[in-house]
Amino acid sequence: MKISRKLRFLIIGFPSFIMFLCLLSVLGVEPIHILETTFMAMTPLMLAAVGESINERSGVVNIGLEGIFLITAVTGVYYAEVTGSGLGGILIGGALVGALIGFFFGFISSYGKAVQVIAGMGLNLVGLGLVPFMMMAFWAFPGIHIFDPDLKIGTLNIQIGKEIFRLSPITIFAVAITIFLHILLYRTLIGLRIQAAGERPEALDVAGINVNLTRVLASTLCGSLTGIGGAFMPLGWFGGLVKEITAGRGFIALAAAVFSGLDPILAAVSSFIFGFSEGLAFTIMITPTIKEVIPHYFINMIPYIVTIIALAIVGSKRFPKALGKPYIRE
Amino acid sequence: MAKSSKNFQKFYHIYFLFNKTYVWRRPFGEDRMLGTFSKLKKPILETLIAILIGFIGGAVLMIIFRYDPITAYVALFQGTLLSVDGIFESLANAVPLMLTGLTFAIGVRSGYFNVGAEGQAYIGAMGAVVLAGSISLPPGIHVLATTLFAMIVGALWSLPVSALKAWRGVHEVVSTIMLNWIALYLVRYLIEYYYYEPGRAERALPALPTARYDVIGASLTTFIFVAIGFIVLTYFILWRTTLGYELRLTGSNPEAARYVGVNYVKIVFLNFFIGGLAAGLAGASQVIGRPPAWTIYKTLGNVINLGFNGIGVALIGRNHPFGIIFSSIFLGILLYGSRFMQYLGVDPDLTVAINGIIVLSLSLPELYSIIRKHIVGGR
Repeated sequence: MKISRKLRFLIIGFPSFIMFLCLLSVLGVEPIHILETTFMAMTPLMLAAVGESINERSGVVNIGLEGIFLITAVTGVYYAEVTGSGLGGILIGGALVGALIGFFFGFISSYGKAVQVIAGMGLNLVGLGLVPFMMMAFWAFPGIHIFDPDLKIGTLNIQIGKEIFRLSPITIFAVAITIFLHILLYRTLIGLRIQAAGERPEALDVAGINVNLTRVLASTLCGSLTGIGGAFMPLGWFGGLVKEITAGRGFIALAAAVFSGLDPILAAVSSFIFGFSEGLAFTIMITPTIKEVIPHYFINMIPYIVTIIALAIVGSKRFPKALGKPYIRE
Repeated sequence: MAKSSKNFQKFYHIYFLFNKTYVWRRPFGEDRMLGTFSKLKKPILETLIAILIGFIGGAVLMIIFRYDPITAYVALFQGTLLSVDGIFESLANAVPLMLTGLTFAIGVRSGYFNVGAEGQAYIGAMGAVVLAGSISLPPGIHVLATTLFAMIVGALWSLPVSALKAWRGVHEVVSTIMLNWIALYLVRYLIEYYYYEPGRAERALPALPTARYDVIGASLTTFIFVAIGFIVLTYFILWRTTLGYELRLTGSNPEAARYVGVNYVKIVFLNFFIGGLAAGLAGASQVIGRPPAWTIYKTLGNVINLGFNGIGVALIGRNHPFGIIFSSIFLGILLYGSRFMQYLGVDPDLTVAINGIIVLSLSLPELYSIIRKHIVGGR
């Protein structure tokens, strides 16, 4: 039942997507460029959305994805400069710092019994305030930092006809981890425990598994993946750091997780859709025939409007029963 | 005697009932006052602890990045509290915050996390610019019309959120954040193409003198009375009307609200609409109630983060309209004081981070008891 529904989506979705690309190329937009930007924009969304689905499956809702994105974008660049390589930045400043934040969030929301939505908003506020502060402290210049281009993570260049298609290795990693986590969630004992922690934590407790620990670990995983996504934005994509680098992507990732009903593969697909809307916006912005007609402000709105429309179409999904509720043993 | 004591044990719940009625029959007595105080003692202590944690967190951050926290905090409070102008400026900073805080508080009271104050404030400010800067009206009417217009546009911006919530079940956090970004680009577009100030394209048309509120001192205007008036009005709506009761009932117990027949769609729309009115007013306060600019910048620098800081204001004020007035003044002091920290090289946005740490600590419901148990060592 589940698989057939997904397949139906793919059967309808893929050809219409190709047709849409052909239509755009008639308008003078380069489809290769759209795809390239789509994959770039998709990567952080996918990492965060997949992490968030695992996290919410275990019963912890983390609204602070945006905060993690913001903080790890800065620490990623900082550690890339310290270690002298982009990968070092992504591993230490992204994955490790993100994991620490995720661990902290999981800890306060399971052991501390925090109100998770408020804690998440608190995390976002911390990120919002910490980024300009850290940028000032690290580089003594407000709001913007351009780092050495050598630190940027290299891309795999694939020749398609005359065009060169650039694909980041982190994108491949994101797809791989999505498949891995999908198998982990549905086909292994660990995944079953994660699902139980969200659906019926008392059953898990009776089975002798520590509910709070499961949730903390899921939250740490989510934080770590989100952190990689956050560090990817400056190091793998933009090549620079500005104060508003994330531009609400944390919430778009949250929307992608909600949109997919907390299923890793579907979360990846929906982050592709949202990434595509961003890629489209970026490409239209530089396409000569269109950019004079439509002000770039409206093109910038596309990803947000697409997100709202997508959520409006899908509506409310079924969520784990114990989502957002700290487990208290009776 | 022994018998009566036995009876007491047996029927203690009846004794308890009598005792309660006894206290209840003396509404103005000493016991009652003591009751109110002890009821307020815990939340106040909890909030103070959270604020303390926020300051400690800020200090830790400053130590990590090699600033001197003591000098910075001393500069913060010296600049704000030791001069009349500083106090006026802090109050002027508090005005929009108490309104955006109210937006979030009404949301929480009715069970929703309305973080749309940010975008609604942008739109409200833009509405104020349109009416105050480009249309001339007679003096008294101009101020009134601008204020009302900004409130209504802000509230209209909340309609998609409530429609999506009521009929499609879309989570309000995501939809409000998306609308915030759309509002940001929309306002920037409107300023760049239509409402820029000739000769100074980096900002919008300033409010005409007829649309401005009177200046009290420094950058504080009589707008503060409008803001406080709006908050008192909201208090009366929430605590003294059936509508407000339904709102609060939905927030505290949605099942019970459904059982007694509260209209869910109405509550959703009402809650976001009142929130939008408050946020629109907050945006207007930066245009018609804030010298010296009397307008917004294209970067929206003087409106940005108002909504997000409002979350902290609401939570520090315990989501109560009167608590919010105090907490907004507290945050106003912090925000204005951050300017003095900036002279020491500390980025002023550290206050947002401190606010975030306070929110994080307030999200822990058992903070007070944890601290009492483990740190103070009380019973």
